[in-house]
Amino acid sequence: MSIPQITPLGDSGLLLLFDNPGEAAAAAGCLTRAKPDWLLDAVPAYAALTVVYEPYQLNRLLRSGRLRLPAEREQEGLLYAAAAAAVRQVLGSDILRSISEQKRVVEVPVVYGGDSGPDLDSCAARAGMRPEQFIEAHAEAVYTVAMIGFMPGFPYMTGLPERLAQPRRTTPRQRIPAGSVAVAGNQTGIYPFESPGGWQIIGRTSMQLFKFLADSPTRLQAGDTVRFVPVPAAQAGRDEVSGR
Amino acid sequence: MSMAVVKPGLFTTVQDSGRPGWRSLGVTAGGAMDSYALRAANLLAGNLPGAAGLEMTLSGAELEVQEDLLIAITGANMTPSADGEELPMWRPVWIRRGTCLKFGSAVEGCRTYLAAAGGIKVPKVLSGRGTDVRAGFGGLEGRPLIAGDLLSAGKVEPERSQWAARWTEKLGKQAAAEGRRWAAPSWYALPEAYAGGGKIEGCHILRVIAGAEYSSFTKASLEALFTAPYLVSSSSDRMGCRLTEGARLERTVQGEVLSRGIVPGTVQVPPEGQPIVLGADCQTTGGYPVIAHVISADLPLLAQLKPGDRVCFKDTGLEEAHSALLIQEAALRMLSAGLGARL
Repeated sequence: MSIPQITPLGDSGLLLLFDNPGEAAAAAGCLTRAKPDWLLDAVPAYAALTVVYEPYQLNRLLRSGRLRLPAEREQEGLLYAAAAAAVRQVLGSDILRSISEQKRVVEVPVVYGGDSGPDLDSCAARAGMRPEQFIEAHAEAVYTVAMIGFMPGFPYMTGLPERLAQPRRTTPRQRIPAGSVAVAGNQTGIYPFESPGGWQIIGRTSMQLFKFLADSPTRLQAGDTVRFVPVPAAQAGRDEVSGR
Repeated sequence: MSMAVVKPGLFTTVQDSGRPGWRSLGVTAGGAMDSYALRAANLLAGNLPGAAGLEMTLSGAELEVQEDLLIAITGANMTPSADGEELPMWRPVWIRRGTCLKFGSAVEGCRTYLAAAGGIKVPKVLSGRGTDVRAGFGGLEGRPLIAGDLLSAGKVEPERSQWAARWTEKLGKQAAAEGRRWAAPSWYALPEAYAGGGKIEGCHILRVIAGAEYSSFTKASLEALFTAPYLVSSSSDRMGCRLTEGARLERTVQGEVLSRGIVPGTVQVPPEGQPIVLGADCQTTGGYPVIAHVISADLPLLAQLKPGDRVCFKDTGLEEAHSALLIQEAALRMLSAGLGARL
């Protein structure tokens, strides 16, 4: 894998563009594990990785002489060049290893339709299918978490079969229950918490997606592979919603 | 309990230096909008810079001080008073228990910070104590203060305990000698983070560097961005400073921008064409075209803009952005060193 194109994102961020989402997620993991003191965040989203840095710490690293800058700089800005060089240095060291480590598969149990998925019937109608066919197609597909965003733990997943694609609701709902499995455009997602939102709700999972008081708060992270497993309403048990 | 909330003010939250490190999981970094003011307040109140304090917006709180406290007030001037006597800002202030600490409306600026020695004691959630109102966690039950809330101060950090004890004693004696319910030294810290790119005809100048979609905007839009002033909208909040009544910014290309990680200071342009400057509580990812970024050194100024204020943008480079930020950091470190010398 080649080290990607790097551009500035303001004066405290870098935008790295990779060839595919897997590489962006792997690079994020690599930076997070290395934990350099200038790094605040590494946020993968689709094939892009946003790196948020602390200019003051980077300045200290630069002054320490432990960072080698390229002789010719394409962009103005010494600290920006230092940030880009520091990122390349970390990624150069073990990105290949982290790619092989990345693949996690998570199965998400879903009660489709009924009160759990009030938009299932209209989604199926738009797709020219019966609701059972829509469920089958949604659960057969294999999804990749492209990014976590919008709210803590909300996974944006790619891999929705084209024929299942849906418009957003013209009027967003005020209250979508925690655990709601939704589709919008060519993506599927899960609301970890009760929230307003405009996606079409097709089901609900009892899986707790985000725990505020845990060391690793999310069940899913960018780069994960996800499968949905249909379960009957009776087996879903009590709703364990995400805890604050 | 250290303080009881009699009136909460318009929008008062517990904030600290934020919780970076969790953005990849969709958790906003948050933290004080004017991190310079909160850090200065903490240093002046005998804390480390990142301790939790109160952030008040436009109209401040009324608090009943229930135990002797060493505090500091920075940021916007909300004419703070102790039992009706006006309190000085940007310096340590000792307050006797039983005193009513009252903040009015901001006469200058938008956000006032109150730090108390030991910091506001609330549980740490995801490595931060600040309030994330949108996600509903952190601070006091994940919400703004309400009347009846009780706030405790924590324990002063070992690095500052000698300093805090010394000034508590000194100012306590001074208050007794002056027969007052409060005391403060005559020296103060200089608020050095609000110059921005200057001010022209009442218009605050925010310095920006070009964003990822900068060159996809029309020539007229880019020209307008740097000439026409915008008005700060009343719908601005900690997520974003919404600008209105300026030139409509249009792109030469249409089509969506794929979502990616974004940071405070990002100037994004939704389809209606009026820019939004993202604040400390901005979402972790966004998919609106980004025309520019307000430089980090001007974020304290952004935090102090209130609805109706006029702003203009001025083009600058990364080199200047970083040097302005390092100068601001140096000012805080000078303040810290200077306080150490006043032991």
